[in-house]
Amino acid sequence: MNREHIKIKVKDFNFFYGEEQALKNVAMDIYKNEVIGIIGPSGCGKSTFLRSLNRMNDVIPGVKYEGTVTLDGKNIFAHGIDVVDIRRKVGMVFQKSNPFPKSVFDNVAYGLRINGEKNKDVIAEKVEKSLMGAALWGEVKDRLSASAFDLSGGQQQRLCIARALAVEPEVLLMDEPASALDPTATSKIEELIQELKKNYTIVIVTHNMQQAARISDYTAFFMMGELIEYDVAGKVFTNPSKKITEEYITGRFG
Amino acid sequence: MRPRNVQEKIGFFVLKLCAGLVVLILGMILHDIVSKGWRQVNWTFLTAAPSMGMTEGGIFPAIMGTFLVTVITAVCAVPLGMGCAIYLNEYAGDNKVTRLIRMSIRNLSGVPSIVYGLFGVVLFVNLLGLGTSLLAAGMTLGLLTLPWTITASEEALKNVPQSYRDGALALGATKWKALKTNVLPYAIPGMLTGTILGLARAAGETAPILFTGAAFFLPFLPRSLSDQFMALPYHLYIMATQHHDLEKVRPIAYGTALVLIALILAMNLFAIALRYKLRKLKKE
Ligand SMILES: Nc1ncnc2c1ncn2[C@@H]1O[C@H](COP(=O)(O)OP(=O)(O)OP(=O)(O)O)[C@@H](O)[C@H]1O
Ligand SMILES: [Mg+2]
Repeated sequence: MNREHIKIKVKDFNFFYGEEQALKNVAMDIYKNEVIGIIGPSGCGKSTFLRSLNRMNDVIPGVKYEGTVTLDGKNIFAHGIDVVDIRRKVGMVFQKSNPFPKSVFDNVAYGLRINGEKNKDVIAEKVEKSLMGAALWGEVKDRLSASAFDLSGGQQQRLCIARALAVEPEVLLMDEPASALDPTATSKIEELIQELKKNYTIVIVTHNMQQAARISDYTAFFMMGELIEYDVAGKVFTNPSKKITEEYITGRFG
Repeated sequence: MRPRNVQEKIGFFVLKLCAGLVVLILGMILHDIVSKGWRQVNWTFLTAAPSMGMTEGGIFPAIMGTFLVTVITAVCAVPLGMGCAIYLNEYAGDNKVTRLIRMSIRNLSGVPSIVYGLFGVVLFVNLLGLGTSLLAAGMTLGLLTLPWTITASEEALKNVPQSYRDGALALGATKWKALKTNVLPYAIPGMLTGTILGLARAAGETAPILFTGAAFFLPFLPRSLSDQFMALPYHLYIMATQHHDLEKVRPIAYGTALVLIALILAMNLFAIALRYKLRKLKKE
């Protein structure tokens, strides 16, 4: 594993919704090509943290932040930074799958088209590659022009992953991508994540301890806006350094 | 039967009666107009100008006048209304100022149309020097429809899920691009529906055009935006109350009413069809 390259570095990071502080003094180094699992009780700030990494929190009115998040050494909150560029490099799959009311093909092609790709062959090629990357190609190759809403829930979520892959980001943020899926679809997504980490750095929020243990290289445990523990997954799940982490992962609360 | 059942039956009956009454009244009005007007409506009536002191001939200039003034109304109200709604819903956020703007807009839609007419005289006819003209009347009607257009357009934008915007932004779309490619296409049918309903209302208005451009009698069509024009609602008003021989022109009045109602009904039906289609799209 490549533990040399820090892809994202979070330092002294505070985040506020109006007056309410949702993240307190978070510091985290995210290494390239690894899967970071984020766990913690509901409302502890997992989604807020994730959405800070591609500045999707900017969309919400009245938010404030302090501290820095650097992507390849560049502060993404610095003045003069192009948010659009950040979001292109740091892709996101939302908690609730959100296919657009377009065909399967057009969903995946959307990101390419808005980023100025006009060449039909290039688009078709990248759509196929992305659908393959999201392990969906085999299931949809004969109905690319069908509405995305005709797909099953698990297929829709993988479609959203394919859509995020199509713009070729460097980091992939996933907010509980399997929370609404059955075990088969979930294990498909888990396999997919293992496959994807060869090319991407992945930060994934999950409510499922077993899942976090299975898929993550590093695990971060959040509580009430604080990063309580952040270490190699094996360590966090077998020998956590904080008592409260142990209580949480053994299911004594949360 | 238990008393609760009886109560329910009575309640249900009363509600049914209310609904029935509304339909009945509407039916009576329509029946009255259609039965007295349909004999009048023929090809000549639709294509000829009034003649012999408006006791004979047709209502062609009034039909064309209403059509033209509605087009001008649309040209004024649609871009402005949609732009305003897009700004309010997508850019302005929710604060004291925008709440005040929204409240003003809602109140505007309750202002009596004669007030719009007077306002049109002051602003368009006199201040802007447009005179009593097609343009001044169209702009006045545009103002009248604006609150409808804005409210309907904002509603349509609100109906587009936030996740379409977020999804596009997360893929690296700028705000405007996300709006253009992933929000507006799904909002426009809804925007149009509300707008057409607003336009249909404007097409039937008399008061706002009374002092701003409608003419009592013109045997020809307006040749430019600064000409006066005849309009169906105003023509009907004259034929029903102002003509020197009311008894004689009564059939013409009914014929005019029939044409006007058919026109407005057609616009409303079109809007409803559009909404229906939109709903089906959404379910997919
Ligand atoms: N848009 C918002 N406006 C105001 N407060 C918010 C907003 N979104 C989240 N919060 C608050 O910030 C805190 C963290 O929320 P967040 O959504 O990040 O939690 P989470 O860990 O993702 O929870 P869950 O596991 O339920 O998804 C919560 O107290 C929540 O109420
Ligand atoms: Mg969450």
